[in-house]
Amino acid sequence: MPAVTETIDTVQSVTEGAYKWGFQTDIEMDFAPKGLNEDIVRFISKKKNEPEWLLEWRLKAFALWKKMEEPRWAAVSYPPIDYQDAYYYAAPKEGPKSLDEVDPELLRTYEKLGIPLKEQAWLAGVSPQQEGGEGRSMPIAVDAVFDSVSVATTFKERLAKDGIIFCPISEAVQDHPDLVRQYLGSVVPQGDNFYAALNSAVFTDGSFVYIPKGVRCPMELSTYFRINAKSTGQFERTLIIADAGSHVSYLEGCTAPMRDENQLHAAVVELVALDDATIKYSTVQNWYPGDAEGRGGIYNFVTKRAQCRGARSKVSWTQVETGSAITWKYPSCILLGDDSVGEFYSVAITNNRQQADTGTKMIHLGKRTTSTIVSKGISAGRGQNTYRGLVRIAPAASAARNFTQCDSLLIGDQCGAHTVPYIENRCISAKVEHEATTSRIAEDQLFYCRSRGLTQEDAVGLIVNGFCREVLKELPMEFAVEAQKLLQISLEGSVG
Amino acid sequence: MNAMVQSGAEGFLHRFEGLRARLPGARLPWLAALREGAAEAFRVQGFPTRRQEAWKYTDLRPVAEAGFDEPLTMLDEGLALPPGHGTARAVFVDGRFRAELSTLEGIGFAVSGLAAALPGLEGRLGALAHPQGQPLAALNTMLFEDGLVVTVPAGIAGGMLDLVSVATETERPAAFHPRHLIRLEAGASLTIIETATGPEGARYLHNPVFEIEVAEGATLVHARLQQEAPRAFQLATVYASVAAGGTYDNFTLNAGGRLVRNEIHTTLTGPKAACHMNGAQLLGAGQHADTTTFLDHAAPDCASRQTYKTVLAGKSRGVFQGKILVRQVAQRTDGYQMNQALLLSPEAEIDSKPQLEIYADDVKCSHGATVGELDAEQLFYLRTRGIPEARARSMLVEAFLTEAVEGVNDAGARSALQAAVTGWWEKQAEAAA
Repeated sequence: MPAVTETIDTVQSVTEGAYKWGFQTDIEMDFAPKGLNEDIVRFISKKKNEPEWLLEWRLKAFALWKKMEEPRWAAVSYPPIDYQDAYYYAAPKEGPKSLDEVDPELLRTYEKLGIPLKEQAWLAGVSPQQEGGEGRSMPIAVDAVFDSVSVATTFKERLAKDGIIFCPISEAVQDHPDLVRQYLGSVVPQGDNFYAALNSAVFTDGSFVYIPKGVRCPMELSTYFRINAKSTGQFERTLIIADAGSHVSYLEGCTAPMRDENQLHAAVVELVALDDATIKYSTVQNWYPGDAEGRGGIYNFVTKRAQCRGARSKVSWTQVETGSAITWKYPSCILLGDDSVGEFYSVAITNNRQQADTGTKMIHLGKRTTSTIVSKGISAGRGQNTYRGLVRIAPAASAARNFTQCDSLLIGDQCGAHTVPYIENRCISAKVEHEATTSRIAEDQLFYCRSRGLTQEDAVGLIVNGFCREVLKELPMEFAVEAQKLLQISLEGSVG
Repeated sequence: MNAMVQSGAEGFLHRFEGLRARLPGARLPWLAALREGAAEAFRVQGFPTRRQEAWKYTDLRPVAEAGFDEPLTMLDEGLALPPGHGTARAVFVDGRFRAELSTLEGIGFAVSGLAAALPGLEGRLGALAHPQGQPLAALNTMLFEDGLVVTVPAGIAGGMLDLVSVATETERPAAFHPRHLIRLEAGASLTIIETATGPEGARYLHNPVFEIEVAEGATLVHARLQQEAPRAFQLATVYASVAAGGTYDNFTLNAGGRLVRNEIHTTLTGPKAACHMNGAQLLGAGQHADTTTFLDHAAPDCASRQTYKTVLAGKSRGVFQGKILVRQVAQRTDGYQMNQALLLSPEAEIDSKPQLEIYADDVKCSHGATVGELDAEQLFYLRTRGIPEARARSMLVEAFLTEAVEGVNDAGARSALQAAVTGWWEKQAEAAA
């Protein structure tokens, strides 16, 4: 192949081909009218057949939201968002009654994304029809959210045998109203922040998980979010409750079509861990990041927070953030229970014109609470990457302990890497350690790889994977493999 | 005359209105315009509040609400000056330069009071300190009456200069806003040891602003020993600009005062410029001290080092905020910052916000922060060697501070600091006993 054609091919694969999930599914959709007002909130609530209290709850959130101002403190810049110029409800017209009735077009969509929605394949021990057909040792229960609604949830019956509830939150409102009412908004109240208030008013779907006392969830639970329709926002709400002594690992993935417009994703995730319970929450965030010039892409403004309410409870957040035009996200832990543990492992990549302002908050309230923060930021192209985090130790949190490590890697001289940690300690016996470094890929490492015959891109990929290893090893195995590939793809075109 | 003393920003603006015709240099049009602009900026901004990110942890309401008066400086007899460290000494009483108390003969460079030197300072005064977005610099620019002007000519080794600030006003709360201009020409060197004190019980506001220019290859060591009266406020802002191959070495000890802010802005403007900013905050009951540094790497191949240590006893609160900005031109920057806090009391609080903002890729930048109490094992070790508890604790605190003090590149300045640290600890031990 002549060099010129090769170059053109490479450039194309980088600028367009790189985001493999950018296709759009043509499916008949049901929309609420454009715009946002009380009627839309009522419309959504009615559509979901919600009880009165939940409508009131939404309206209160909407009233709060109207009075709030968009936060401007993050190190990101974007034109003003017109909240009236979007659809707040979009759902495939024919809702499925059971898994067998799922629209084949939808099934094909998820197949293309590599998300198995067919239990049979798993049950028969056949690996799913995805590229490579890598076998998996463990089935994964999936809740698939398509724009505003959940379209399918797998393995519900199997999970029900252990008393585990895993279903769309709109279904939980119908079937388990007491649980939802007890916990909804108990970690992230309606007026918590601008986006949380917006979400509380118009949230449409998301997953609900309840793990009963002493149960160890037999499989990974996962939700797969897909924004498909034009001019919509996605406002999902996830609520996970791990009762005393239980254990659950939950995965979250997401993609969207490639479009020139910016779409808003404002999710709220609430986790509650009671005595001795453990929740492991992993995210591979791969929303459409926009093109090389910064056109289009998702605004990912989400609020994720966990309460370690019980003694010896533990919540571990792991996130791989490769997508979105702008990320504004701080998965946090409120460590209330004595001896409770919070963890945050993060890899965030910004390439082209992506901007990420992400980090965590660890609020130590209980005695001997410990937290670990490991954050790896990678900036390439014209990307701007900020770690922003808070470690707060209350006077009563005696012998609390925090360790934080934030490393940034710069690839190219047009990008930026920033670190903004806040440390607030009011407890004499607490011990807090924070360290942050910023550097670029070392020439000698690159040279070493290149002299072994690796291409420049492979060498960078290898080094970046090494840089992120501490975080990637926290991911469930299947996700780790996906995340590694994703890192490499996200960085394509960033090195000469 | 018993007009009510107005407080808050209005109080200071009111004072400016009353004083403007009598302030030094009032007839210099450029200075009048500068003060006017500063007053406007201060009117718009007022005192900073905690809603502003740079003031998140320090509440200036006690200063804003106090209401201050003109210092009258009644007594000169028996004025106790702190011991000097070198032969040359510039003395300020209530913010005013006192030539008769100063010893400045035989030094090989120009030193004078600012009020007298004003006609020749157009373009130099206000070159680095801008009132916009800096309310304390605005307040200072609006109301300064005096200060120190130092110019060390090219190639001259200036030796050591003591800068002494003494407050005398015990009856009424006084406020003074000295403006110090320090310039080192190419290849010059100088060590300044600044001591600020006041009498027990005095309630005053000391609001100094420094504008420091370090030219090519020059070296300035600037040690600031803040030992103000226990009820006093010190809000100090240092603006330093360091040219190619120059070095600015700042050490600040915050030991006195009730509410203290030590803000340092250093810009490295030429290749291979260097900056060391070190400091110790030694706080006891009722004290609040805030060290905020902003280091701007605006040229390639520069190195910066920062080490700050805070020791907190009693119900005290320490704040450290340190930002390192590496601009895109500042390739091959080597930046390091460490801040550590040692808590000696269950009522103490430490807030720390180190920050990196980096736009160049070929850099090595890191920061670290730790918070903790005295290590029980280390204490135990010393006790098993027969060292009494109090002595063991003092040894460990001194050891904790050593790293910051050792960063100072001047033996004289270093020993002055060491003495101040020891003095503070003895006072704490006395209070505890």
